[in-house]
Amino acid sequence: MIEQVAEPLQQSGFAKVVLELEVNNHPGVMSHICNLFARRAFNVEGILCMPMSDTSKSRIWLLVFDDQRLEQMVLQVEKLVDVLSVRRHGAEHEVFDRLERFFH
Amino acid sequence: MMQMTGAELIVRLLERQGIRTIAGIPGGAILPLYDALSGSESIRHVLARHEQGAGFMAQGMARVSGRPEVCFASSGPGATNLVTAIADARLDSIPMVAITGQVPLSMIGTDAFQEVDIYGMTVPITKHNFLVRSAIELLEVIPQAFHIAISGRPGPVLVDVPKDVQNQMVCFEDFPEPAVSAAAPALDMAAIEEAARMIDAAERPALYLGGGVVHSGAAQQAVALAEQAGLPTTMTLMALGAMPIDHPLSIGMLGMHGARYTNFVLEESDLLICVGARFDDRAIGKAVQFCPKAKIIHIDIDPSELHKIKAAHVAINGDVAAVLEALLPRVKVKLRKRWLSHVESLKSRFPMQMPGRDDPRTHYGLVHAVAAALDDEAVITSDVGQHQMWVAQAFPFRRPRQWLTSGGLGTMGFGVPVALGAALAAPDRTVVCFTGDGSFKMNIQELATLAEEGLNVKIVLMNNNSLGLVYQQQSLFYGKRVFASKYRGEPDFLKIAEGFGIAAVDLDAAANPRATLAQALQTPGPCLIHVSINREEFVFPMVPPGAANTEMIGG
Ligand SMILES: Cc1ncc(C[n+]2csc(CCOP(=O)(O)OP(=O)(O)O)c2C)c(N)n1
Repeated sequence: MIEQVAEPLQQSGFAKVVLELEVNNHPGVMSHICNLFARRAFNVEGILCMPMSDTSKSRIWLLVFDDQRLEQMVLQVEKLVDVLSVRRHGAEHEVFDRLERFFH
Repeated sequence: MMQMTGAELIVRLLERQGIRTIAGIPGGAILPLYDALSGSESIRHVLARHEQGAGFMAQGMARVSGRPEVCFASSGPGATNLVTAIADARLDSIPMVAITGQVPLSMIGTDAFQEVDIYGMTVPITKHNFLVRSAIELLEVIPQAFHIAISGRPGPVLVDVPKDVQNQMVCFEDFPEPAVSAAAPALDMAAIEEAARMIDAAERPALYLGGGVVHSGAAQQAVALAEQAGLPTTMTLMALGAMPIDHPLSIGMLGMHGARYTNFVLEESDLLICVGARFDDRAIGKAVQFCPKAKIIHIDIDPSELHKIKAAHVAINGDVAAVLEALLPRVKVKLRKRWLSHVESLKSRFPMQMPGRDDPRTHYGLVHAVAAALDDEAVITSDVGQHQMWVAQAFPFRRPRQWLTSGGLGTMGFGVPVALGAALAAPDRTVVCFTGDGSFKMNIQELATLAEEGLNVKIVLMNNNSLGLVYQQQSLFYGKRVFASKYRGEPDFLKIAEGFGIAAVDLDAAANPRATLAQALQTPGPCLIHVSINREEFVFPMVPPGAANTEMIGG
């Protein structure tokens, strides 16, 4: 049997999106989130996580490409028990821009 | 002020949650919990012979009752042996709480004896999981585990409890309340009105029911909707029984091994009302060619299912029973004579063919003979393979939770332990497991548990001495290059059953197989019923892999 294997999705052509997640702060939360993206081969370009002023919670910033799977990705992230909210920002959001100087 | 160990606390919380039976296997890291369980007056422990068996027994109890059920395993290999049963529960949305022992906290991460990261391993196959870091956390974690397992779309939850946490003393004021499920999402009345208008306006609507209808207890509402709006109704493998198969509006199971006419009816429909189903590839074939002319109404409790495979014209997130309840008074009564008579004509032109149905020694005949000897109160489980599809095609399912099968994961070895679980949860019912010789050997050790518990489980073994479904695929799609699908050895299953202390009958040798079968099914207690099946019998009709549902072969 010959099957057509889909080409891996070229993400670089798509616009970038910044996702802002509010999550419970305990070990394991990051693994739940990263696992979701990893098994769907959905690349996370940037990731930043810090506790919030209420330290029982953390804020996670994710920089991702806005390909057609993003909608489903966000729905899946929202289903995670430790994810309290998900907000979407455009690429113009400054959180990753301000970090640039630590990387270049 | 109450004071007890973490292990005792877990047992008290399980008792308060209404758990009455737990299947499991002990081992070093879970011994404190077993010690505490031995003191329970209301919970009975069933000792499985393999943790996968314990996991599937919990599933069997949950599938029959709709309630969350529990299994126990020790750390390391005990926990990894549970993995398949957990993944299976995830894919079929079965509420279950698996509790595993873990090495002591201080030894986690040291490659201690029988340490595995079962928390990490089960992230993608549970709805949620916990690694408990102190006994006091159990007051929250255990109720929350049940809450998550039963809320919204049900699913499995794993709680990993290090041994020292089980032994740790806790003091607390009051027990937490037993978990209840979260309130269903608010009804989207605008979408429901819109759906009602679409149903009224449709000329050739069809109703497509999935496992969610069973989970939500919405079978009655679904049948009422079908009757009111004149909707031919198809069911997925998971939904069989939601509408009685002999209901005049039932068009049977859709998809890969559905009847031709069923797939043709859907092809012609102009409106598809999908209730608690998820457009699985085995059900819909090639997605772009499924119901090409139809608008879609999709009702599901899980928002991520809406628009996932097929964009819906109206998507309604909600508990399907509540949504149907709200939809019913808004939908007009319609007889739809033209459409339904067209459905009838498709049915008579492209019916489900069941050669040999009158001979109890053929596959279809056997399924019919078993059905004829039982009433609708019986529970039917299956393993995975050709026999599973033959039962799905031929058995007259008439009520929800009558049929327990591994739909999403398709796990060989499912049938026997799930039958045991079903019998544990519903001791008054006869439970019949249809199995194949390949699948049977995957959890055959549970015959020991079956004999010990003396449950009313009948195992109907359809023996073709091969991995029949694989043999079929190789014969049809791999140029008859049959490889690794025929067994060379041939175990004597009758002796094996007897060796476990289980009665066995061989229909091959019976002078009157129908009478022998009926007698075996009617005698209380466990029994193996053996029947040889011709290896050259295939499951037809069939949608070849990757094809559209209308491009069926055979049958
Ligand atoms: C655990 C597991 N391993 C492998 C498979 C792949 N598989 C699907 S059906 C099948 C053959 C089943 O054989 P048997 O139980 O004898 O049933 P039959 O098809 O002969 O009725 C196999 C190997 C599976 N579904 N589950």
